[in-house]
Amino acid sequence: MSILVNGSSKVLCQGITGASGAFHTRGCLDYGTRMVGGVTPGKGGQTDANQLPIFNTVAEAVEATGADATMIFVPPPFAGEAIIEAADAGVKVICAITEGIPTQDMVRARAALAGFPESVLIGPNCPGIITPGRRVAGTGPTATFQDGCKIGIMPGYIHTAPEDASTGRSVGVISRSGTLTYEAVWQCSELGIGQTTCVGIGGDPVKGLNYIELLSMFNEDPDTHGVIMIGEIGGSDEAEAAEWIKQHMNKPVAAFIAGRTAPPGKRMGHAGAIIGGADDTADAKIAVLRACGANVAESPADLGIAMAEAMGLKTVGSS
Amino acid sequence: MKIHEYQARELLMEAGAPVPPGAMTETVEEAVAEATELLEAGSDMVVIKAQVHAGGRGKAGFVKLVRTRDEARSAAEFMLSNRMTSPQTPPDGLEVTRLLVASGVDIESEFYLAITVDRARSTYTLIASAEGGVEIEKVAEESPELILKEPLDPLLGLQAWQARKMAFRLGLEGKQVGQAVKAMMAVDSLLRSRDATLVEINPLVVTPASPTHPDGQVLAIDAKLNFDDNALFRQKEIHALADPGEEDPAEVHAQKFGLSYVALDGNIGCLVNGAGLAMSTMDIIKLHGGDPANFLDVGGSADREAVTEAFRIILSDSKVKGVLVNIFGGIMRCDTIAEAIVESAQEVGFNVPLVVRLEGTNVEAARAILRDKQSELPTMRSAEDLTEAAKMVCGLVAD
Repeated sequence: MSILVNGSSKVLCQGITGASGAFHTRGCLDYGTRMVGGVTPGKGGQTDANQLPIFNTVAEAVEATGADATMIFVPPPFAGEAIIEAADAGVKVICAITEGIPTQDMVRARAALAGFPESVLIGPNCPGIITPGRRVAGTGPTATFQDGCKIGIMPGYIHTAPEDASTGRSVGVISRSGTLTYEAVWQCSELGIGQTTCVGIGGDPVKGLNYIELLSMFNEDPDTHGVIMIGEIGGSDEAEAAEWIKQHMNKPVAAFIAGRTAPPGKRMGHAGAIIGGADDTADAKIAVLRACGANVAESPADLGIAMAEAMGLKTVGSS
Repeated sequence: MKIHEYQARELLMEAGAPVPPGAMTETVEEAVAEATELLEAGSDMVVIKAQVHAGGRGKAGFVKLVRTRDEARSAAEFMLSNRMTSPQTPPDGLEVTRLLVASGVDIESEFYLAITVDRARSTYTLIASAEGGVEIEKVAEESPELILKEPLDPLLGLQAWQARKMAFRLGLEGKQVGQAVKAMMAVDSLLRSRDATLVEINPLVVTPASPTHPDGQVLAIDAKLNFDDNALFRQKEIHALADPGEEDPAEVHAQKFGLSYVALDGNIGCLVNGAGLAMSTMDIIKLHGGDPANFLDVGGSADREAVTEAFRIILSDSKVKGVLVNIFGGIMRCDTIAEAIVESAQEVGFNVPLVVRLEGTNVEAARAILRDKQSELPTMRSAEDLTEAAKMVCGLVAD
């Protein structure tokens, strides 16, 4: 099992003819994702390099392909409305990869999405979502997979499907950071811990799905045995999630918060990663997560071990 | 992006918020002329404020209240011929090139007023307090009940009834209410039309009753505006207000190459892909007893040229005694990083220890490149994992 997407999800790419959209459409196809088409206004009727049909509007694309998910690579000035267009066309899982969308556009998009309760937004400014597929051949970067669904820019091969996990345990991953998620996934895979679904919620201050909604979904998923939550400085999302974990979570949670050494008042790469007040700091978030029962790793190198410990798995060595 | 107080004042004024009369000046003569004009027009006192982005101006003597032409001259002369130092400036201080000269006002009461992005609600929130003129963070910590909040509809923005409600909750009376509502509406319109993420007036003051203003006057005395960097593409006028002299030249230079760089005080330079991993790399250095010299995210799609530039920026910091490269290749290919390391060794030269930890896309090809060029990289060491890398670079720098 998994959350939100699986091997039968039919996926569109909005912005499929741009350099990033085209490159990552190929990457998703290679992983085994059911890519069914793309949208670029004005290029309807053409096909892309992979013979996928291109449509002028999301509504046409959904009608023709039955797509229920989309990944958005539309440039920042137009990405906010691309999200709304996808929701209006009835797409259920909207994954916005684009970095640099104005905050005001996201405030508007979130307000518009309230009118489409069937649709969820992941991101923006995120690596995407992946439900790992079973490995069918090869190892490392050249391995091939099936029945998975990768929507986004993450390297697929580092993930392990629950069926392939040597410990028989699998976890969900929720993260504000891209490469730090890969780090966590890699460590889990090395320890024989599978992943049911990994969701990058993105580094922006105004975004779609947040920790609590996803923790709740993983809580309900019978194949998810624990959750890794990766946060960073800025905002109060992690603290609110910690309170929710204390009250509702019936599975172990391991966490890491990036930015203990970040200076106040400086934006650290992500638009949302800035310390404005005392609650924004990594130390404050770590303290509340610990008080609410999460196993917080001291080091980003110990994320996998922290998860294994929290699930009661024996591991060799720790740093 | 931040702007100067005098620019914030002008934007507020354009949006319809009341501010005391005044002007920005760039020479002692201009400042004296402006002060004289204000005094002659009936102001009892004039305030002269240095325009720099750092706080702590008052204590450093860079905000002065003057009552005569001569006092204005000596204040302006002092500010324009000395560098301002405060706990918020670099040790050698900041050069002051602009002064705001404005009419000083008597104050009956002071308020705090702001609209900012409310991350938890995905909208904007109006925040106000009758405890104005002090640091709002302090008020929030010591007496949170004094901070009043009103969440705004994301599409409608601040409605007049909400502003009125806030004005009454703040205890304003008579004509003050209408004036305060006008100031609040101006803050909202400025925030939306200019893509600001924070518009803050602190203090918003009410002046004592006078024959011309029996209920006193509501005036914005100081303002702070933060703008959304992501929206600068459609805010050309705001972008033009950026003062390059106020920004760290290395950070500005890095941006040109698509690099996200923040200088810190330590001695271990870091080059990482991804903001979260870059922050974590700083954290793990600290965890193992070292001190990071910078945050540097090369991003997902940097090419060899950008990565080489990143090394140049890191190595141009004379405090750097060692460098840690931590890459988890996803979109970024490890072999691109390896090629950039080799190129940097030839062009820039690594005369400090370099520890490299690579994982992910094309890592085998990257390791082969570094093995081949080992002789050109005498200070380079490879680490198997992140912990080993952090321990290694901390150890090498400590030796």
